[in-house]
Amino acid sequence: MKLNDFPVWNDLARSPAFGITVTVSSYLAGRAIQKASGGSSLANPVLIAILLVAGFLNITGTSYQIYYESTQLLIFLLGPATVAFAIPLIKNIEHVRGRLWTILLALTAGSSLSAVVGVGLVLMCGGSRAVAFSMAPKAVTTPIAINIAQATGGIPSLSAALAITGGILVAISINWIFNLAGIRDARTYGFSAGTAGSGIGAAHALSFCELAGAFGALAVGINGLVTPLIVLALARIWPV
Amino acid sequence: MIGEMLNRLGWLPLPGPVIGMVVLVFLLWWKPRTLSKPLEATSRHLLDWLGLLFVPAGVGVISNLDVLRAQWVPILVGLVGSTLVSLVATAYLMQKLPHPNPDEARDNQP
Repeated sequence: MKLNDFPVWNDLARSPAFGITVTVSSYLAGRAIQKASGGSSLANPVLIAILLVAGFLNITGTSYQIYYESTQLLIFLLGPATVAFAIPLIKNIEHVRGRLWTILLALTAGSSLSAVVGVGLVLMCGGSRAVAFSMAPKAVTTPIAINIAQATGGIPSLSAALAITGGILVAISINWIFNLAGIRDARTYGFSAGTAGSGIGAAHALSFCELAGAFGALAVGINGLVTPLIVLALARIWPV
Repeated sequence: MIGEMLNRLGWLPLPGPVIGMVVLVFLLWWKPRTLSKPLEATSRHLLDWLGLLFVPAGVGVISNLDVLRAQWVPILVGLVGSTLVSLVATAYLMQKLPHPNPDEARDNQP
């Protein structure tokens, strides 16, 4: 017998308290696990929280739709949180001066490659066009990725999931890659994390240091303008 | 009042949050004194908890399990391949292209 056999459960699950309680406690558990593992980047709190919530919904038989509706407040806060990246950015603005072209070029290359390689690899491995265009906008911040996927025939919820998993992948792999390449520049660290891993990448960079966070924020901001153009151009080359 | 301003910027139409961020950057650039303590504290709290805000959308994978099951190879290869290529290419260009004073922010990394 599952919890959703009881009518009272479905009423309870619809209240905002439900989704937020489940999400916050899973995220706190994720943070605790990361701390217990000695700050390992493999124990990413977002990833752990997603798995815990998914498991909980599955065990209780609660549909994703019900959960999603009860977490509207958290989803709304993504907007102001993106705006909030302006603060670390402006506090480190003097580091941007003089290297504007480097930044624009590195970002355009990084985000175009993300979209083109993403679409190319999906098709090469026999994926459908819908999956390819859910992959294409994943380097941009999640809310924008959803909108681009919608406009180009991708699957919006898959696009959101890919944007988040891509960000988690960046957070997990970046220390390893940078150590391997011997790069020790906080600006490069933050900017690459923000370009390839959007919001989660930038948040990871910010947890590293404020300068890295500022460059992550910068990358997310410019990417929000560049990636839509690239993906819409790709979709025009290859219409539905 | 500043907090409310922050909120209202988040309300702009698509890509609203990014427009909001750009507007706030220019505002703070133009009038640095607008950067008040409450605004800074609010933004720091929001960013500290940013990961939490991605969880609800991330749980959305469970509504795509059928697509994932049918096409997991192209999805996995595409995701890992494109993310790593993008990360490495951006880092490479940031390092190789000319910098005005390349030594100033070194050794900030563990």
